[in-house]
Amino acid sequence: MSVSETATGVERIAAAFRGHGRRAALMPYLMGGFPDVQTAVRIADAYADGGADLIEFGLPFSDPLADGPVIHGAAVDALAAGVSVHDVLTSVAPVAARVPVLLMTYFNLIESQGVERFVGRARELGVCGLIVPDIPLEESAPLLAACDGNGLALIPLVAPTTTDERMAAICAQARGFIYTVSVTGTTGERMVTAEGLAELVGRVRAHTDLPVAVGFGISGPEHASRVAEVADGAIVGTRLVREAGERAKAGEDPAPAVEAVVRELAAALE
Amino acid sequence: MNEIRTAKVSRLNAHSPVEHRFGEYGGQFVPETLMPALAELETAWCAARDDSAFQAELNTLLCDYAGRPTPLYLAERLSERVGYPVYLKREDLLHTGAHKINNALGQALLAKRIGKTRIIAETGAGQHGVATATVCARLDLECDVFMGEEDMRRQAPNVSRMRLLGARVIPVTAGSKTLKEAVSAAIRNWVETVENTHYIIGSVVGPAPFPSMVRDLQRVIGDEARSQLCDMAGRLPARVIACVGAGSNAIGSFKSFEEDESVELIGVEAGGHGVSTGAHGATLTAGSTGILHGSRTSVLQSEEGQIVEAHSISAGLDYPGVGPEHSYLRDIGRVRYVSATDQEALAAFQELSKLEGIIPALESSHAIAWLLRNPGEDLDLVTLSGRGDKDLAEVLRLTGLDKIESTS
Repeated sequence: MSVSETATGVERIAAAFRGHGRRAALMPYLMGGFPDVQTAVRIADAYADGGADLIEFGLPFSDPLADGPVIHGAAVDALAAGVSVHDVLTSVAPVAARVPVLLMTYFNLIESQGVERFVGRARELGVCGLIVPDIPLEESAPLLAACDGNGLALIPLVAPTTTDERMAAICAQARGFIYTVSVTGTTGERMVTAEGLAELVGRVRAHTDLPVAVGFGISGPEHASRVAEVADGAIVGTRLVREAGERAKAGEDPAPAVEAVVRELAAALE
Repeated sequence: MNEIRTAKVSRLNAHSPVEHRFGEYGGQFVPETLMPALAELETAWCAARDDSAFQAELNTLLCDYAGRPTPLYLAERLSERVGYPVYLKREDLLHTGAHKINNALGQALLAKRIGKTRIIAETGAGQHGVATATVCARLDLECDVFMGEEDMRRQAPNVSRMRLLGARVIPVTAGSKTLKEAVSAAIRNWVETVENTHYIIGSVVGPAPFPSMVRDLQRVIGDEARSQLCDMAGRLPARVIACVGAGSNAIGSFKSFEEDESVELIGVEAGGHGVSTGAHGATLTAGSTGILHGSRTSVLQSEEGQIVEAHSISAGLDYPGVGPEHSYLRDIGRVRYVSATDQEALAAFQELSKLEGIIPALESSHAIAWLLRNPGEDLDLVTLSGRGDKDLAEVLRLTGLDKIESTS
């Protein structure tokens, strides 16, 4: 990473999208604190070793409305095991020192700590930006102001159901990149048609010069490769969380397995 | 009869704009995928409210199919017991056994109007699920109801009813397997199916426009009761008392009296094992501000902002959130929120059955329980939101009456 230590989160994200040397940047997701806090950090390291350009780091929340059963289940398991948000947040720091980290969480975890306080803490930990799927444009002003004040990017989400009018308004306030939800649904592994994806990404690009990353439904290398044809970044979550969960349940170390998956995905983006 | 119908139509027409906020509460904290659907819903709702054909169709169904207006009943033996007149608003006499059908009918008609062919709903006690399944049968809509596994056990007769009515009941196995998880599952399903599906949320919760839309569909309770009481008693009540889970029968009862300064409004929450034990559903009495199921409101949560489980003997009150307007009404001091415990509700369930020959829902029993513990001085109105048939097995089990029966 050739970015100076004083770079803001927004600048580090921009550099990551410029400097990956592949057709598209790779952004794997992990659930912080799952299967436990330390293993999650090693999973993040494995992602970095496997070629991740940015990492989406999830904070477990009790009622994650945008997540499908795999990621929801990982949050429930982490919380049932007694993991605290405080511990998971603290564990972000070593990861964020290595790879630009986007913190993914729901707004109640932010607001219950105080928006300013939470965002300030995220900056201290080296986090580059926030992805908050239950904050649509209409509710984003206080969080956006706090993020802007701290040099963090508040990443907006757009969906296939987003109208062009909304798309324009969302992109006008976007920082970092546009998180394009490729399916009408929650997180999970499923295929979308190439035409549908190209059309959606095209609609986003009409309103922004920021990088466009695609997530929610990328199941493997072939799918990631298809995303790279039209978008600037591929976000993969459920496939990796499922892998980590299955390995952990079998008593194995999930790190080598997820690293192999990330490596395959990275190769597909060459 | 015609006069009553005309009066109700004009009331639906006279509502204020659709609020997105109630003070700091409310809002639309949902994934972007749903935002266009919420905008479409709001536009359609505003148009429907002003459309006399829609109003007439809804009104005919409310009267001829659901059984409105419901009686206002002077409960003489209960009145003797407390020493002054107590009137019961008999929502328990509605088709399907609770006030839920007021909302289900309105939203299902609206869904048809905007071309949705499939309906989803969440249910706790099963009353909203049954009302929605019923309305979907009547209006020929596909219907999936999300219900926690634990609630399916507690409310088995309602599961059978929904299936008989042609709905699919989808068990929710996450977390506590109760109402909170059922709402989450329904919202997630809606995110996936929003193009052909409308979500008939069962209470005054969720993102805007649901809290104000559901309130407007439920305020028929208070509008009728106010006018009936003026006819029967010639004056306003001293207090209006209703149980509060997520809060739809309460807001529907309170709204019509909000401007009447002399009327005290009292919402009775689920005290569970006792508010001090932590095992309760008393969100307004003991919760703090948070975000759940799309709106900012009072919730039960940990210090770190994780939503915690509620507890109540009644599945319909077993919810860690509450309608955002209730949070606002609490803050401005217009409504007083109190609680009754599981045991008090159980005792009131039996008491009202013996005093009046009316078996109330366990939810409504909380309102009766609080009244019995805190009698006023003059003329109370209590909303009896539902009937207790669905609770019989659970009550008999908890009171040991099932064993007495079998040995006698």
